[in-house]
Amino acid sequence: MKQERIVLSMLVNNEAGVLTRVSGLFARRGFNIDTLSVGVTLDPKVSRITITALGDEYIKEQIRLQLEKLHDVIIIEEMDLESTVMRELLLIKVKVEQGNRREILDATSIFRAKVVDLTPTHLTMEVTGDSSKCNAFLEYMMPFGVEELCRTGITAISRGSKVLKK
Amino acid sequence: MKISGAKIVIETLIENGVDTVFGYPGGAVLNIYDELYKNCDRIKHYTTSHEQGAAHAADGYARVSGKTGVVIATSGPGATNLVTGIATAYLDSTPLVALTGNVATGLIGRDSFQEVDICGVTMPITKHNFMVKDINVLADTIREAFKIANSGRPGPVLIDIPKDIQTAQTHFTPNKKEDFCKVYKNGVKAFNDAMQLIKESKRPFIYAGGGVVISDASSELSTFADTIDAPIGTSMMGLSAVSCDNERFLGMTGMHGRFAASKALASCDLIIAVGTRFSDRATGNKTKFIHGKKVIHIDIDPAEIGKNIPAYVSLVGDVKKILSKLNANMQKIEREEWSKEVQSIKNSKDYHLEMDKSRLNPQSVIETVNKYADKDTIIATDVGQHQMWVAQYYNFKKARTFVTSGGLGTMGFGLGASIGASIGAQKKAVLFTSDGGFHMNLNEMATLVSYNLPVLIVVMNNNALGMVRQWQTLFFESRYSCTSLNRKTDYVMLAKAFGINGCKIDDMSKLNNAVKDALKYNRPYLLEVTIDPDEKVLPMIPPNGTINDIILKA
Ligand SMILES: Cc1ncc(C[n+]2csc(CCOP(=O)(O)OP(=O)(O)O)c2C)c(N)n1
Repeated sequence: MKQERIVLSMLVNNEAGVLTRVSGLFARRGFNIDTLSVGVTLDPKVSRITITALGDEYIKEQIRLQLEKLHDVIIIEEMDLESTVMRELLLIKVKVEQGNRREILDATSIFRAKVVDLTPTHLTMEVTGDSSKCNAFLEYMMPFGVEELCRTGITAISRGSKVLKK
Repeated sequence: MKISGAKIVIETLIENGVDTVFGYPGGAVLNIYDELYKNCDRIKHYTTSHEQGAAHAADGYARVSGKTGVVIATSGPGATNLVTGIATAYLDSTPLVALTGNVATGLIGRDSFQEVDICGVTMPITKHNFMVKDINVLADTIREAFKIANSGRPGPVLIDIPKDIQTAQTHFTPNKKEDFCKVYKNGVKAFNDAMQLIKESKRPFIYAGGGVVISDASSELSTFADTIDAPIGTSMMGLSAVSCDNERFLGMTGMHGRFAASKALASCDLIIAVGTRFSDRATGNKTKFIHGKKVIHIDIDPAEIGKNIPAYVSLVGDVKKILSKLNANMQKIEREEWSKEVQSIKNSKDYHLEMDKSRLNPQSVIETVNKYADKDTIIATDVGQHQMWVAQYYNFKKARTFVTSGGLGTMGFGLGASIGASIGAQKKAVLFTSDGGFHMNLNEMATLVSYNLPVLIVVMNNNALGMVRQWQTLFFESRYSCTSLNRKTDYVMLAKAFGINGCKIDDMSKLNNAVKDALKYNRPYLLEVTIDPDEKVLPMIPPNGTINDIILKA
C-alpha cells in the first residue's frame, strides 16, 4: 500500500512516563517515528505531542486505534495536511572561513533565518519553517562545513477556528 | 480519622468486591501483609510457592469467576516473578490487578536493595500501570485500576506502591463500587449493514472467540445461530462458549481445529466473527483465509477491527449486547442447502479423528475424565500437545470451564491457574499437563496441599516436549534437538513428597477405574499417564496454510 506522511496531534496527561508509553507503543507495534515534539498546553495537567511518521492506510488506522487505548491519551487526531500549519526549528552551527562569512549571512537573510551566535570561527543560526525549508537551508549550508545541528521535530496546529480538544 | 496507606489498600480492595487475593510477602509489602493479617476475616490470602504461581492463580480465579483477580508481590524479584503471569493475562484479556511494593520514594532511582522499575518492565503487558507517589491519590488510583482492568476489553493493571506510601497516613472516604460499563456507539447503518449482509449470505459461519466467554454471551450466541441458521466454530479461547451438545457447534477451528469446523469455515461466504482477534494460529494464511468471503467483525476493542483481518462491517461493543440487539431485530432465516452441506461436512469421516485405542492414548485419557467429571468441573491445561488434545476431545458444556493460556502459550500456567480456578469456582478442577510444563511450576503442589484444594493433576507423560518434537518430526526431518526429555522424575513419589497421593497408569485396562477413583477425592490427587512420544496432534494446518494443506493422518 501507498506510504504517506502522517502527522498526529494528541493531548496526553502530563505525567511521568507518558512519552515512554507513547513511543514504546510505536516501537512494539513496529511503527517508525520520524519526528516527535512535546510540550505543555494551557492546562498544565495536559501535554501536547506531535508525531510524524510514514505509513499506509493500515498503519495510520492502527496507530490511531492503539494510541487511543492508552489510558493517558486524552485525544488523538490525524492532522489534515492541507489545513495545518506545521513548523520545525533548526539550529545549525557553521564553520566560518576566510571570505565566506558574507555569503553565509546573505543566505541567512534570504532564508529568513536568524543569527543567534557569532564568534570569529563559528556562526550559529536558527531557522523556523516547515521541514522542506529547514532541509533547503541545511543543504545550502552543507558545503560551508556544518559542525553541528539540531532539529526540534515538527509541531503542528490547525488553521482557522479548529481546536484540538476532547 | 487518618489511616495508613496499607489499610487504604485493604479498604479499597474490599470496596471493589475483593474477598480473595493471591501473593507472596516480602520486605516492601510488610505493611500490606500486616493489614491482611488484621483483616483475615474480610480477605482471604493464598500464599503460593512462587509469585508466578500466584499471578496464574489470580488469572485462573478471574477466568472462571468473572471477578477481578488480585495478586500481591514484594519489590524487585517478587515483582519480576509476576511478569509471565501478567503477560499471560494480558494476551487472554483477563481482568487482573497486581499490587507490588517498592522501595521508599526517597530511595527510588538509586538501585536500592530490591528496587526494580516494574512499571517500566510491565508497560507493554498491562493495560496501564501506576506508581503511587502521593498517599492522597492512593485510594483513587486503586479504584481507577479496577475500572481500567474491567472496562472495555479486560486486562491486567499494575500498581506499584512504595513502602513509605504504605506507612503514610491520610483521611480515607469510602466509596461505592463503580459501574465499569462503557457505552459504545454503533451507527444504525452499521447494524443495518450487518443484518443486510447476513440476509444476503447463502453460507454464513459464526466464528466465536474468548470475548463470548468473557461477556457471558453463550445464550445470546446460540439464539443468534438459530435465528440466522448458521454453524458455529470457535477459536481455542472461544471453547466452552458453546455447549458441545449444540447441534450447530462444529468444534474449534484453526491450526489444530476440527476438520469439520475448518472445512465449513473455508466453504462459507460470510464470517461473523464474535469476540475474537483472528490470531495467526487461528487463521493460517490470512489472505487465503478470507478469500471469497465477507467479514462482519464484532468486538469490544476497536483496535482489533481490521488489525489482522479486514472487516466489511464492524460492530464495536460488548458482544452480549450486540448479539441481543441483532437477535431482537432479525427475523428467522432458513438456509436448507447450507445446513445440508454443513451436516454432510459434519458427518464426513474425518470429523472425529480417532486415535489408536489398542494402546494408552491421550484421547482415551481425556474422554475418560470427561465421562466421570461433572459438567461444571473446571478443566485447566499447560501448553503443548496435551493442551490441543484437550481442546479437541473434551466436550465443554458450560462457559468458563476451560482455563488455558491461549495468546501467550505459557508453559507452567496450568498448576497455578487450576489453583485459582478451583478457588474461584469453588469446584473441582482437573489439570491436564505434561512432563515439560509440569516441571516448570510443580512447586505449587505445596500450595494445593496447604489449602487442600480439590485439584486432580493428570500428567500426560510422553517423555518429551511433545509439541516441539512434533514440529521437529514434520518440519525438521526428525532431528530431536533437546526435546527428548527422559527425565527420571517419579511423579507419584514426587507428589507424595508434597503430601499428595497419586498413581501411575501405563496400561489401558487400568485407565477407567483409576480416573473414576481419582475424581472422587475431594483433595489434591495426581495421575501420571504414560503416553507414546510419537503421538501427534492432528489434524494440523501448517503455519500460514489453508484447509487444502491440512494434515489428517500421521
Ligand atoms: C514458558 C514456555 N517455554 C517454552 C515454550 C515452547 N513450547 C511450546 S509447547 C512446548 C512443549 C511442551 O512440552 P510438554 O509440556 O511436555 O507438553 P506436550 O507437548 O508433551 O504435551 C514448548 C517447549 C512455551 N510455550 N512456553
